[in-house]
Amino acid sequence: MRLLAEGLSARRGEDLIFNDISFALSAGEALVVTGPNGSGKSTLLRVLAGLLIAESGSLKLENGPPEMRHPSEISHYLGHRNAMKRELTVAENLSFWKDFMGDSQGGAGKGLAEAVEAVGLPGIAHLPFGYLSAGQQRRMAMAKLLVAYRPIWILDEPTAALDAGADKLFAGLVNAHLDRGGIVVAATHQPLGLERTRELRMTGFAGVGGGMWHDA
Amino acid sequence: MIALFFRDLKLSIRAGGGAMIGVLFFMTVVAVIPFGVGPDLNLLARIGPAILWIGALLASLLGLDRLFQAEREDGSLDLMLMQETPLLVTVFVKCAAHWAATGLPLVIAAPLLGLFMNMDELAIGATMLTLLVGTPAITLIGAVGAAVAVSLPRGGLLVSILVLPLAIPVLIFGVSAVYAAIEDPAPFLPPLMILMAITLFFAVIGPVAAAAALRHASD
Repeated sequence: MRLLAEGLSARRGEDLIFNDISFALSAGEALVVTGPNGSGKSTLLRVLAGLLIAESGSLKLENGPPEMRHPSEISHYLGHRNAMKRELTVAENLSFWKDFMGDSQGGAGKGLAEAVEAVGLPGIAHLPFGYLSAGQQRRMAMAKLLVAYRPIWILDEPTAALDAGADKLFAGLVNAHLDRGGIVVAATHQPLGLERTRELRMTGFAGVGGGMWHDA
Repeated sequence: MIALFFRDLKLSIRAGGGAMIGVLFFMTVVAVIPFGVGPDLNLLARIGPAILWIGALLASLLGLDRLFQAEREDGSLDLMLMQETPLLVTVFVKCAAHWAATGLPLVIAAPLLGLFMNMDELAIGATMLTLLVGTPAITLIGAVGAAVAVSLPRGGLLVSILVLPLAIPVLIFGVSAVYAAIEDPAPFLPPLMILMAITLFFAVIGPVAAAAALRHASD
């Protein structure tokens, strides 16, 4: 499986946010998108997740499932918002997403208890999501990545609101996903402690190329 | 998809979900009418079906704006847009859950309120039947308005205004079917069939239009 982006550019309203971004990611590789605030990291991730239509360029998946229309169908997207309901318990939230999303072919999601264990918060799945602290909420949102299998993970500032221990735990989860042949695209300000990463540095739109990328 | 239906049902029953808001509003509106109109039992019986229908229409519009907005605010809508499952199926299931949580209680509360309006059994039965057939159409039309106004923070009134003109035929045929049932010469079946047709029509058009609006609203 190979994720190919060629000459992507995106616009919000009148302004071009970034221009001519290209990269290629094979199974087991991670792309870390860095750059100052407003340089278009989140916009790029939303384009990759199919939530924003690219102004130009193409996004392709080689050797993906044949009936797939857009790579977003086999992607997880963890945005700034956790996509969990405050009124429902953590277990209800996770089991809903597990049922609703289902597994992409080639893998199986973890069980609820196992996923909650993996993010280091066993024993609080019966609480309403709204009762948890910001960091706990973020961790439970990560558990969502585990309950339904998706080969591609698109993560927008995944470690915001997390303590140092949770950072390490999260790096472990992402590395395990990469070991299984997954692809990860993450926007971040902090180093994530990942192996095998490539870096895409967004420089903000300055008229010429919107970003450059190199192996870290 | 069944998971989505029960999740939405659960959410509407939990704190702040608003399942009871609609039916309470319906009861308030209809309960004050006899005090305003006065103790003329014949008059109440005559305007009863229309009052019940107007109350049900306004009550159905009440919670519609939150249908997709709540999903958007916590990021769930993004994930729903990404799935392989066609968005219009997701929208349809959400409408079904919304109707079960807010529309069905109105149908169930109607007989009690019919007594307030001095309606006889036949009129109450006909009103319940037409509400059962007609209120899903209001939810399905409303889904389009809710999808269009999804990104507006105070879209509630806008949704009602967008939706109301399209919901007027539902009201007209709903009320005329009830009057046809209680007044002899007019036939009951044709307006009821038209009401069913409106519901089925919007069951097809509504989710398609709402899904298209949601796709364009995402940024």
